Amino acid sequence: MSNPATISTNVAVDAVKDDLQLSTERGPRPKPFFTTNRIILYSILVVACLYYLFPLYVMIVTSFKTMPEIRFGNIFAPPVEFTGEAWAKAWASACTGLTCQGLSPGFWNSVKILIPSVIVSTSVAAVNGYALVNWRFKGSEIFFSILIFGSFIPYQVMIYPLVIITRELNIFGSIWAVILVHMVFGMPILTLLFRNYFASLPVELFKAARVDGAGFWRIFFEIMLPMSLPIIVVALILQVTGIWNDFLFGVVFAGTQNYPMTVQLNNIVNSAQGSPEYNVNMAATILTGLVPLVIYFISGRLFVRGIAAGAVKG
Amino acid sequence: MTQAPPSDTARRKSGFARAIEHMFTRNIPAKIAATPMVTTVLVVFIGCTIWTIWYSFTGSRLLPSNEFVGLAQYERLFSTSRWNVSVRNLLFYGAFSLVFTLSIGFLLAVLMDQKIRFESAFRTIMLYPFALSFIVTGLVWQWIMNPTLGLQGTLRNMGWESFTFDWIARGDMVLYALLIAGLWQGTGFVMVLMLAGLRSIDDEIWKAARVDGIPAWRTYLFIVLPMMRGVFVTAVVLVGAGIVRLYDLVVALTNGGPGISSEVPAKYVYDYMFTAGNIGQGLAASTMMLVSVIIIIVPWAYLEFGGRGKNQ
Amino acid sequence: MNRYVLAGAVSAAALLGATAVHAADLEVTHWWTSAGEAAAVAEFARVFEEQTGHNWVDSALAGSGTGANPVIISRIIGGNPMGATQMNTGRDAEELIQAGLMRDLTDIAEEMNISEFYVDETLLEPCTYEGRIYCFPVNIHSWDWLWLSTAAYEEIGQPVPTNWNEYVESWPALEEAGILPFGLASGWPIAGIPGVLIAGVGGSDLVLSINRDKSVDAVRSDEFRAVAEALDDIRSVVSPETMVPSFGDVGNQLLTGEAAGNIHGDWLQGDLQVAGGVPGEDYECLPALGMGDQLTGGGDSFFFPVLPDGTDPEVVEAQTELARLLISPEAQLAFNLKKGSMPIRTDIDLSGANTCMQKAIGLLDNGLLPSGDFALSSDTQQQLQDLSIEFLDNDSISIDEYIDRYASIIESAD
Repeated sequence: MSNPATISTNVAVDAVKDDLQLSTERGPRPKPFFTTNRIILYSILVVACLYYLFPLYVMIVTSFKTMPEIRFGNIFAPPVEFTGEAWAKAWASACTGLTCQGLSPGFWNSVKILIPSVIVSTSVAAVNGYALVNWRFKGSEIFFSILIFGSFIPYQVMIYPLVIITRELNIFGSIWAVILVHMVFGMPILTLLFRNYFASLPVELFKAARVDGAGFWRIFFEIMLPMSLPIIVVALILQVTGIWNDFLFGVVFAGTQNYPMTVQLNNIVNSAQGSPEYNVNMAATILTGLVPLVIYFISGRLFVRGIAAGAVKG
Repeated sequence: MTQAPPSDTARRKSGFARAIEHMFTRNIPAKIAATPMVTTVLVVFIGCTIWTIWYSFTGSRLLPSNEFVGLAQYERLFSTSRWNVSVRNLLFYGAFSLVFTLSIGFLLAVLMDQKIRFESAFRTIMLYPFALSFIVTGLVWQWIMNPTLGLQGTLRNMGWESFTFDWIARGDMVLYALLIAGLWQGTGFVMVLMLAGLRSIDDEIWKAARVDGIPAWRTYLFIVLPMMRGVFVTAVVLVGAGIVRLYDLVVALTNGGPGISSEVPAKYVYDYMFTAGNIGQGLAASTMMLVSVIIIIVPWAYLEFGGRGKNQ
Repeated sequence: MNRYVLAGAVSAAALLGATAVHAADLEVTHWWTSAGEAAAVAEFARVFEEQTGHNWVDSALAGSGTGANPVIISRIIGGNPMGATQMNTGRDAEELIQAGLMRDLTDIAEEMNISEFYVDETLLEPCTYEGRIYCFPVNIHSWDWLWLSTAAYEEIGQPVPTNWNEYVESWPALEEAGILPFGLASGWPIAGIPGVLIAGVGGSDLVLSINRDKSVDAVRSDEFRAVAEALDDIRSVVSPETMVPSFGDVGNQLLTGEAAGNIHGDWLQGDLQVAGGVPGEDYECLPALGMGDQLTGGGDSFFFPVLPDGTDPEVVEAQTELARLLISPEAQLAFNLKKGSMPIRTDIDLSGANTCMQKAIGLLDNGLLPSGDFALSSDTQQQLQDLSIEFLDNDSISIDEYIDRYASIIESAD
């Protein structure tokens, strides 16, 4: 937590804050738009973007086609007969066993799991990071190392003991169990991010507050938290994405009444009712991915800024 | 190998004992605040690891039992061709994935760092797949790689009869198909990390490099790159953890096929624990995964986090 | 179909003495999500709701092994059991039974006198532990079917084969005409094929000595070598490029004549039916590959987990009523006609069943052979599945190596 590092990371935060106005003094010399190098540069970037965009394009186009058109076998072609039927079916009438309500019931269940899980896991990790940086105690770094190591353990290994633990806590099959599991598995990465971020804040702030006699929680709420917006956004995005996309924990731990949207996606995609309806599959896929995508697009800039601050220092 | 885990644990335990001694003497609110972390580490990450290791020496089937069978589960594991193929696949995929994710991520970040226009549009496009799950990634690439209805079929229908893109159906190429999908999902995030790292490099460095007349590419490679160690650490942790856990993508894209040519260890663990109802075998496989992670990560993590912690 | 339903309704109503005081919600988990399966389970739900006034809360999970099994098992272990669950008839749940997590159904069985009408008492063996009964098989499924496409054989101008050997002989002509000789779905559908070949090509004795007696010598016998050679024949005509994602797709390939044949369990019929296929016209079915006179069988069973203390007694009562109902004539008839499986009762009129099912019923009189899913532990099944999937994909595994590995799995089977 030496000062030069802190300052340079702050510079990074500021620099990324407004990337359109990056100082012209740093980095390679700015160049005019039309030179051979520039053309090569943009060509590479455009080709890269085609690779990233192609699957999204295919998903969208396929979801608006009819099945006969899909069987015709041209994934590039835009739909000749533009139809939203697949979307309607995916949302409201695709069947899972006996219930033919599409993805819609799962959507609200996912929201119900998502909100408390994100709040709890992010809060706990924020406090962890803060304690690890500003309130070290003996062994705190060992705990942290084990935590990071824990992020490499395959989830599947943990399901069984976690079922036993949540059973003993008497919360298995409730929303609390799934919150607990998401807190546990989100903890390594989130704690790493918060720890790095808090380490990049000027230590003088903390020291001054200590001199003023502020305690653990007061410093946290009044000084640290208000400065943590960028990293909170990163944490939120990682957690919203991870938790929304989770299948296994939701279905095992959350209980029957709370099966998340991904379960219905799995049922729709994996149960061939007659011939597979690729258009419905694609529509269902996009619908399921929509929440993390929207949140990501809304907060993209903050996300990048937070990554810069939280991950760079490492 | 069988001796290592218990002694390792014992050593950790004494560390905890000391930590607990101090717990009620100093920084009480901080310790209360750290309780969830400490509990998680002790109960879940250490407790469940010990649980896993112990039951891998038992003949547990659908339910855990304490019938000790020695190394029988491991003997069976190492003589199972599916497990050996899974390990080979993971090594291959992991090496390629790590190298390509980091190098493509860095390269794209350097390109994005050239004061380009529409930077934020480019960035958004490269990063959005990261918001999608591996299941979605697997499904969409499976659709694109579908030999009859996907890219291959389309181009053949358009008249390019000899076009071949059937990696997903070929045992010798299927891991590359996995790579294409995995890189699609993950490189954007690494690019953003790297870009942030590049932007955190002090201006003075660039000025000095220019004064000395060093070309930009050499500055990136020999001056800037070594200064971005922190970013690389974060990226390696994130990418590496994803590789070891590789499961969803395989299930959604290939389900281990064709044959067993894209099986991975996490899938072996899951299949034997749940489908085959053989917990002992599944846990022996996961213990081997843990051991290999320990061998690779612990010395490094200790230097990176534990070691530096003491210097601060 | 209505007349059977009516006929059954009377006896079912008689069985259910007490009507529910108030409606209870009973959650039922199952992995019947394909078209034919969903139609079949809907019959159970309908009869249950009509007869008892309770609510069937449907909890379907796609993917038997990877999707549903972990959830079902972890919920029972975790103390949050469902009211009832479907599982394979066999040994998947034996430890749950031994651990006392499943409800004892012996009283219901005795009250209904199930020995009077159960088609084959061996079916109840996996459900029985220390003389008590813990689950009810609700149908008999058999893998032992060769499905053949009428359209494909019309195209090459040959009669539809009547047994495995004729079928294999027709492959060159099919390939020449650009028709897939053997349609195949990737993954678990491959796992059932060796068992069918053992019964059809190897014969009933081979089935008994491998599946029941776990005899390694039987695996090393000439009969088994013929089985491995037949599997090798299949290997020569299938390739990953032509495999389809699910067994339902193979059904469509058969109906369109894209593929000429397929070995798959009788539940394929449910999907063929939903897709509008008529046996004898659009497809032919050969039980036991047209060679044997006995079928290997397993099927689905219902388990009723022990519910935690403090559960509404009405729910426990609903369990009891569902248990009775599932094996009642009405539900059995309605369910099995849709599922394409054989009922477990001998006393119901199956004249409404199609020709394939009639053939199966005829063979049932010769007694049922224990199939792999019935007699082997899921661990052994998984290993055999891994082996078969690897063998079918990898030409470098010789027949001898296949036999050796099969033998070593059977040797360690329990």
